[in-house]
Amino acid sequence: MAKYVCKRIGMAILTLLIITFLLFFLVRIMPGNPFPSERMSAEQIANKRAEMGLDDPILVQFVRYMSGVLRGDFGKGTSLYNGAPIKTVLSSAISNSFRIGGIAILLGTAVGLILGITAALHRGRFLDSFCTVFSILGVCVPSYVFLIFLQYNFSFRIPFFPYFFDPSRFLFSSVIPSLSLSLFTMSTIARFTRNEMVEVFDSDYVRLAESKGMYGRNLVMKHVLRNALIPIVTVLAPLVVDLLTGALVVEKIYGINGIGKLMVDAIAGEGIDYNYVLALGILYSALYIGIMLIVDLLYGVLDPRIRVSAKEGDA
Amino acid sequence: MSENKTILDIRNLDISFKTHAGVVHAIRGVNLDLCKGETVAIVGESGSGKSVTMKAAMGLLDSNASVNSGEILYTYTNDQGVEKTVDLLKMSKKELRQHINGKRIAMVFQDPMTSLDPTMTIGKQIMESMFLHRKLSKDAAKARALELLQLVGITDAEKRFRHYPHQLSGGMRQRVVIAIALSADPDILICDEPTTALDVTIQAKILELIMDIQRKMKLSVIYITHDLGVVAKVADYVNVMYAGKIVEVGNVNEIFFEPKHPYTWGLLSAMPDMDTDDDRLYSIPGSPPNLLHEPKGDAFAARNQFAMTIDEKEEPPMFQVSRTHSAATWLLHPDAPKVEMPKELEARLARARKEVEKYL
Repeated sequence: MAKYVCKRIGMAILTLLIITFLLFFLVRIMPGNPFPSERMSAEQIANKRAEMGLDDPILVQFVRYMSGVLRGDFGKGTSLYNGAPIKTVLSSAISNSFRIGGIAILLGTAVGLILGITAALHRGRFLDSFCTVFSILGVCVPSYVFLIFLQYNFSFRIPFFPYFFDPSRFLFSSVIPSLSLSLFTMSTIARFTRNEMVEVFDSDYVRLAESKGMYGRNLVMKHVLRNALIPIVTVLAPLVVDLLTGALVVEKIYGINGIGKLMVDAIAGEGIDYNYVLALGILYSALYIGIMLIVDLLYGVLDPRIRVSAKEGDA
Repeated sequence: MSENKTILDIRNLDISFKTHAGVVHAIRGVNLDLCKGETVAIVGESGSGKSVTMKAAMGLLDSNASVNSGEILYTYTNDQGVEKTVDLLKMSKKELRQHINGKRIAMVFQDPMTSLDPTMTIGKQIMESMFLHRKLSKDAAKARALELLQLVGITDAEKRFRHYPHQLSGGMRQRVVIAIALSADPDILICDEPTTALDVTIQAKILELIMDIQRKMKLSVIYITHDLGVVAKVADYVNVMYAGKIVEVGNVNEIFFEPKHPYTWGLLSAMPDMDTDDDRLYSIPGSPPNLLHEPKGDAFAARNQFAMTIDEKEEPPMFQVSRTHSAATWLLHPDAPKVEMPKELEARLARARKEVEKYL
């Protein structure tokens, strides 16, 4: 098992390295200028390019960049924030996005599971239909529409929650964005849990368990949930990445200085900020790879078929 | 029926299913007896209602099924040593699970590849019903589980105990399923096509295993199968089922050597046989009726080369042939013309009888 884990971590690091390499080149061939060109003369731009080493051979640039990254230095913005270190700007954006996203994930998963399990247990009856309608609505309504709805009703008409994000009242002001972000996850998880559980309920092994005399809570806890959870983990993983990396529109509307907003600014500003795009790209990839790694390891815990074969395959 | 006491008595069972296409009348008045220590087989084509009948006894019917009439009387000696008879159809699912399923009536399912929980070790799955019904301690349950694993012919039980289902072959898994069924000492074992999903070489071994265990544990066994070879090997009594009804019942010799129902003739003729010279393997023409529409007269009439006019008008009652043998065909009516089974089949059965007599 330990060998399997090491192998998977090694693979993850290698993948990230390759992605970084590709990203670096893609950013360089992206159309557009890394500087706010309207406000700078050709001479100024040329100076700036030389200063940042953009005229050096690309491999030299990559090696220079990577040696910085390995020391935790992502360089400075080329057009954003007057050249403040990316690390500082990024870490505050990450902390905002992660916290709001984290609440959304917990909320979405917990409520989604409860809804899905309830629906499956009341299959074909009112609660099942109710959950189906809810999850279809939840998948169809974009999170920013729900955000505006909540903002209008609970910040404007009933002025209870803050109208915009306020970092000094963090928990209180993350209610609206977290709730609206969690809607999609909640609905997806609810729908998926319901279907998986219904499938497991129809399986031969549940029939066998029933013929043994298992019923009710005991049957669900021992035989249904664990088997239903395995595929749920798979759908949950990309949802987690999406939520953690912030929703572009939600962050923009609610005035949250998060990763999503930063990404929009880096691309849609006066110039394309090479270093921000790159740093964010690496962050996205690292998150994705990291979460997939966790999911794979979690599979091993949940599913003995994977655990045992990994053991046999590597030992 | 026999000298032994009746332990399970299915009376006039009638079940229908609500489907999108309409109401399917799947079980149309089934009667069946099982006596203590004996083996009864239910034979029939797919969809004839074999499994549904037994699922009704286990409380495992799908939610769209409704039992229109009938009773399933089960006689047992309860924990206080008092003999009791209950109607399984009148019990709630919860009562069935608590008092009957696993504890008194256990089931072996068709496909061992899918009937074990993939996320639970073999040992845990075997011990589960012991905890549920026999309130054994963990150590006692483990000892009993290892004993059962050995009983069903699994070597290195200690190691297998900790294994997950995917680490076992199909035949091994079916042995485990049997061990699970036996784990709480039931009276009745229902085997729903226990060998269909297995290799032929394993099939015989599993059947012998079940027969062996039946003798050791004094079980009464019901086999659901479409394989007449299995029936001949294991059964004391045979019920031939067609379109939701039992059309012929008798002991194994009566059914195999003196069948009376044309459907049974068809089934026996369709069995491959080494000595038949025919180039083609016989099969009963046509297909079973769609029970979405209530069949008029004898459900088998359309496929029956011996069908008479009355077969299309009136459903035949059960005609008693001997004390243990009866069949639902108008051919047995005193006024019916004398019709014998096809010549080829007769010759074949005579050969088979000779073969059997050699071993007696």
